[in-house]
Amino acid sequence: MAGSGTAHLRPTGEALLRVEDLTVEFPVGRNRVVHAVSGISFDIAKGETLGLVGESGCGKSTTGRALIQLPRPTRGQVTLGGEDLSGLDEESMRRLRTQVQMIFQDPISSLNPRRAVGEVVAEPLHVWGPADKEAQWERVSKMLDAVGIDPDTARYKYPHEFSGGQCQRISIARALVLEPDLIICDEPVSALDVSVQAQILNLLEDLKAEYGLTLVFIAHDLAVVKNISDRVAVMYLGKMCEYAESDELYASPAHPYTQLLLESLPVPDPGIDLQTDVTDDGELPSPISPPSGCRFRTRCERADALCAEVEPTMRRVSDDHFVACHHPLVDVHESSVHIPATSEALGGEST
Amino acid sequence: MTAAPTDHTALVVEDLRTHFTVPAGAVKAVDGVSIALDRGKTLGVVGESGSGKTVLARTIMGLNVAGNAMTTGSVKYEGKELVGRSPKEMKALWGTEMAMVFQDPMTSLNPVVKVGRQLTEHVRTHLGVSKAEARSIGTDLLRSVKIPEASERFDVYPHEMSGGMRQRVCIAMALACSPEVLFADEPTTALDVTVQHQILNLLAAQQRDRNMAMILVTHDLGVVAGRTDEIAVMYAGKVVEKAPTATLFSEMRHPYTEALLNSIPQTTKPKHTRLAAITGRPPDLINPPAGCSFAPRCPYARARCHDEEPVLQIAGTSGHQFACHTPVGSPAATEAFEANLAEGLPAALVAAGQDSAPANQQTDWAD
Repeated sequence: MAGSGTAHLRPTGEALLRVEDLTVEFPVGRNRVVHAVSGISFDIAKGETLGLVGESGCGKSTTGRALIQLPRPTRGQVTLGGEDLSGLDEESMRRLRTQVQMIFQDPISSLNPRRAVGEVVAEPLHVWGPADKEAQWERVSKMLDAVGIDPDTARYKYPHEFSGGQCQRISIARALVLEPDLIICDEPVSALDVSVQAQILNLLEDLKAEYGLTLVFIAHDLAVVKNISDRVAVMYLGKMCEYAESDELYASPAHPYTQLLLESLPVPDPGIDLQTDVTDDGELPSPISPPSGCRFRTRCERADALCAEVEPTMRRVSDDHFVACHHPLVDVHESSVHIPATSEALGGEST
Repeated sequence: MTAAPTDHTALVVEDLRTHFTVPAGAVKAVDGVSIALDRGKTLGVVGESGSGKTVLARTIMGLNVAGNAMTTGSVKYEGKELVGRSPKEMKALWGTEMAMVFQDPMTSLNPVVKVGRQLTEHVRTHLGVSKAEARSIGTDLLRSVKIPEASERFDVYPHEMSGGMRQRVCIAMALACSPEVLFADEPTTALDVTVQHQILNLLAAQQRDRNMAMILVTHDLGVVAGRTDEIAVMYAGKVVEKAPTATLFSEMRHPYTEALLNSIPQTTKPKHTRLAAITGRPPDLINPPAGCSFAPRCPYARARCHDEEPVLQIAGTSGHQFACHTPVGSPAATEAFEANLAEGLPAALVAAGQDSAPANQQTDWAD
């Protein structure tokens, strides 16, 4: 995309989390700024999983962190359950973070090596109660059990005594112990073997169904994202390119970047026709001075003068499929529409 | 076990074992591997972390210099035995005869030395060329791996390049003295999918142009599917199945190969498709289980699998070997699977997609 716009948002009130025009910039000295995330918007309904995909440096992790205001976004609104997080002071934010938890990429380094697993998982409870040690352990053991770790043997063991997959299960237990509504999973399986990755993905699906969780699933592996997500947002260099229901996105990608990602995906089938041209490095342009207009244009075969001048905004392909591209690969039904933020004006446009 | 070496064979490995002595015993990282590699061909070595695939590649190249490594068996490169050679003797072969591209391009380059000097260091050593000649060779190499503005890039430090570009430099470095055999150890694991695609294409093109033999080590069956002539699947230090690539995918016989393939999420399946995970974890390589090392995780395992270790046997198609008592697709496997399913063996339940959420949970705080 490399575009902005909010045409793909559902009426306010329908979503658990709504993000509008989120922008995160980091100053890097000499008045220069890294445009890590530039005006992206999305929403997530309760019980849904939203996948965020893109290459390294596209701002997907920064987006995940900005949702919990770590750091606070430069601009834009994050609304969780009707509450605007950008307006909250530190103390209210601290209380609110019990509802939003994170799971990180490297399972081993995200656990304190000097604390026993029972303590690691109980830590959030030390802050938020119950104060009673017995009651705490009851909760912890229930959570460990839920993620497939035997609580009694794990309680006094240290993270190094567990494999990567088991450490990720423990991280998940820690994220769940405060009974959050929303979990942000930042590349939770990319450090794991495929066989273990499948175990963890199945576990997340089970826990989601069981505890009514809403997930933001950040990953660079399109196949993994497809499998776990209800909707997928494709990001490129701080912008959102395409936003669609996941089966539809993979069946008929509308953005040239989405198509490039899909074509690059290694497929475990020797019969497939590989595109084997040796090409120059398709480097990501610098997020300090991103290209004008559509940020993807420097790598795009379809780019023309328009792409250099005008930034594309989100346009509707179908009810559950939006793309920000001047020359999309499928028909776009209507021209760029900016939806008013009130729900009455929307009618049945998106559900 | 291996076909008789011919003139085309670059590398023959016979019953290679590498054991590492640790306080708890001997870690059997590579435990009796036999493979052969023809000139100009690509062998994929696939397995999970800890299956011994990297140690295998390093052992063949003689890079296991740690004092606690014990290597037995035989590695013949163009008829010459390599096992038992000292690092000093091996040094003559590194770069010119065999070279390696490592997994992490961020750490395999020296951060305080300019790219060009790192790239041409061994060119100058092996070919004895002058600094100016080395520079022109180096620039050509950078160009051949499709690095734009090669002459300027010659003088930058690694941190000034992206991960993909650094891996291109590593490839250029490995190719600099025209090796006969290239080992690529997870060359794209640390890279983005688009860059991975470019790097794999680059490796394939270079291999074709130079008629090199290549060993592509990876955990991703998707990476080796379209890009190898033959695949060896490793588990717990052993090759459990080996076949020409197309045959491996169409007629896989080993339950581990099947499980590995089934656990990969695929974009052609609808969202929320339950993945057939492999239960449990790889075995302890110090005290591997008796019998088949995959048996504790195998949906087809029967009593015999836990007692008696299967040996590599030849399957119908040429060059296809597997080590299993109840190979996939055989009546014995079907029978075993049904029996295991009836007994509620976790591995069988997972393979059948009948595992559900941990059954012992309450849902009192879900809404």
